[in-house]
Amino acid sequence: MGVFPFVVVTWILAVGLYGIVTSRHLVHQIVCLIVVQSSTYVLLLGVGYRRGAAAPYFSDVSVHTPAVDPVVQALALTDVVVEAAVTALLLAFAVQAHKRFGTLDPQELVQFKG
Amino acid sequence: MDHLLALAIAAPLLVAAAIAALNPLFRGERRRRTLDAVAILTAAVVAAMLAAIMVRTAHGDTVYWFAGFRPSHGIAIGIDFAVGQLNAGLACLAAVLVVAAMVFSWRYFEQVGSYYHALMLTFLAGMVGFCLTGDIFDLFVWFELMGVSAYALTAYRPEERGPIQGALNFAITNSVGAYLWLSGIGLIYGRTGALNMAQIGRAVARHGPDRLVVVAFVLIITGLLIKGAIVPFHFWLADAHAVAPTPVCVLFSGVMVELGLYGIARVYWSMFGQSLGHQATVTRTFLTLALLTAVVGALFCFRERHLKRLLAFSTVSHAGLFLTGIALLTPLGLAGAAVYVAGHGLIKAALFLCVGIVLHRLGSVNETWLHGRGRLLRVTGAVFTLAALGLADMPPFATFRGKGWIEASAAAHGMPWITAVFVICSVLVGGAVLRVAGGVFYGLGDPPSEETQMAAEASEETGETDHARQRTPATMIVPAAVLAVAGIAIGSLPHIGAAVQAAAVRFQDQPAYNATVLSGAHVAHPTALFAPEPTGITAADLASGLGAVAGALILAFLALYWRRLPLLRRGFEPGAGLERPIRRFQSGVVNDYVTWIVIGAACLGGTLAFAIR
Repeated sequence: MGVFPFVVVTWILAVGLYGIVTSRHLVHQIVCLIVVQSSTYVLLLGVGYRRGAAAPYFSDVSVHTPAVDPVVQALALTDVVVEAAVTALLLAFAVQAHKRFGTLDPQELVQFKG
Repeated sequence: MDHLLALAIAAPLLVAAAIAALNPLFRGERRRRTLDAVAILTAAVVAAMLAAIMVRTAHGDTVYWFAGFRPSHGIAIGIDFAVGQLNAGLACLAAVLVVAAMVFSWRYFEQVGSYYHALMLTFLAGMVGFCLTGDIFDLFVWFELMGVSAYALTAYRPEERGPIQGALNFAITNSVGAYLWLSGIGLIYGRTGALNMAQIGRAVARHGPDRLVVVAFVLIITGLLIKGAIVPFHFWLADAHAVAPTPVCVLFSGVMVELGLYGIARVYWSMFGQSLGHQATVTRTFLTLALLTAVVGALFCFRERHLKRLLAFSTVSHAGLFLTGIALLTPLGLAGAAVYVAGHGLIKAALFLCVGIVLHRLGSVNETWLHGRGRLLRVTGAVFTLAALGLADMPPFATFRGKGWIEASAAAHGMPWITAVFVICSVLVGGAVLRVAGGVFYGLGDPPSEETQMAAEASEETGETDHARQRTPATMIVPAAVLAVAGIAIGSLPHIGAAVQAAAVRFQDQPAYNATVLSGAHVAHPTALFAPEPTGITAADLASGLGAVAGALILAFLALYWRRLPLLRRGFEPGAGLERPIRRFQSGVVNDYVTWIVIGAACLGGTLAFAIR
């Protein structure tokens, strides 16, 4: 399948991590976390890809037709569900943070230090 | 028997779902008692089931395939629970601590929504599933379930500032770890075409290690190291533990962090151990991280004045000590870590519950302000002191036994100096907790100097409970006392040394694990041939254990009375110049924490990739 998908994965992962590290806005930071997670989608789908293969539905074709790996698609789907839960929770925290601290800058959301 | 395994996660999940669904019906005091009782009962039943499983797995692992999808020709189609004594025991510890936490919260919260019970039970299900599963992707899913309920529980009082900061830092760092871990799963699946850990282990052992396997190993381990609070991945822990409601802290410190370390052991011994080889390198790499963690945690613990943060940093230090036991890669080391985790979990839970009582009665967790004010809490003071001695690894607590085995194993492998590190950490952590016991509950010495930042942090901690109760309810003090005594009881069990070592040998035997899971074969375990190392308590062990406790007591008295020394009257403050670097290090900003995660993962990966080629 070649190395190209993995280059893309590494790039997305690096961009996402860079975003989290440098972000000055909580919502932006949470979106960067989603970017990091997106790299796992590409990775999972890339791992299961076969050139010239069909989608893994065998209702109208022979079961011997080459198909891409359905397991990684199931994993990616679970991953999406996990992401939805985590993102919703984080955004709810961001709303509360804005109410309590009056800012969304992670550098200023500091109650505890040291 | 087999169905007990499925019930142990189904019961808490179903009850949690029922509580959440019937939420509108539960209002008012009496209904809340119903909810409390249902949650306590569920957790107690789960604990009993896991205890039964632990007894029945005494002579070999048991495997449960969901929906009966058994593997055929060595290929796992379904999802399994692969349970030995060590993972059943850890899950049982989690359930016991949930029971204690729920009993404690009976009178603790002024108001509690029904989501609290649902979240606690979901958290329990996540922890139990994490312990029992034998599938790497399932391990990730349980990890996330445990994580999401833990984030929500951390921010249980979202009207305050501390919980929001703690929950955000906790959630973002742990999520980054989870996604790195998931990338590792993707890579290892691409290499082996399997998600079952036994099948992956077999395939990887056949191919031998290459770069891809090493990268996958590093990614998976990084996610678990974050959960396990190993330096430099530990920053989230103190922020989250300091702000979560006290009954939740019990679970965070007592068992959740240890689950991360269990995950490392599980992943290593079921998937990578055989193929990676280079055991000396693996040991050296993880020992470096572990001992660094132990010392950094102990130093941070000693300088802390916020009681919950103090206990949180002591957990960091202990996480390092547990990882030391695992990193030695010996049965005795792993057995020591297991008993140490059990003893520490019970004792740390008792300490957190005592701090919860202090917060309940006196409305503060600031050691300076509390100085001498805890004198009226006589029973709490006695339990806290007892548990503090346990945390200083005093004989006959389970912590003393576990620590002793790890030290013995290290000494047998040419690293007797590890004992010195352990003693230093015991003295620092024990000294810090005993200082609190002496100062707060007995009014000894002088209060530590008021420090504005820490005072502001500690006084923030108020809204958790209603104030100025005149009596400590029995539902709060009894769980603490029972847990502290249980910490002694486990250490005094007869034949515990041989039994836990046998369980550790089975845990580390990768071919036997593979065969049990994939062929359903009851392999003749090597324990019959294995001669357990002697674990009796010798006079030298007793001397070193009591010496460390004496050192901790001396350090505690020095910390309480040092202001009366003539040298220090002239305004010399030990460690005063270190405040700023420490604040810069533990900055409370999540960006910095993620930077450390990236640096740590890169260093870990570089080291292992360089060594394992």
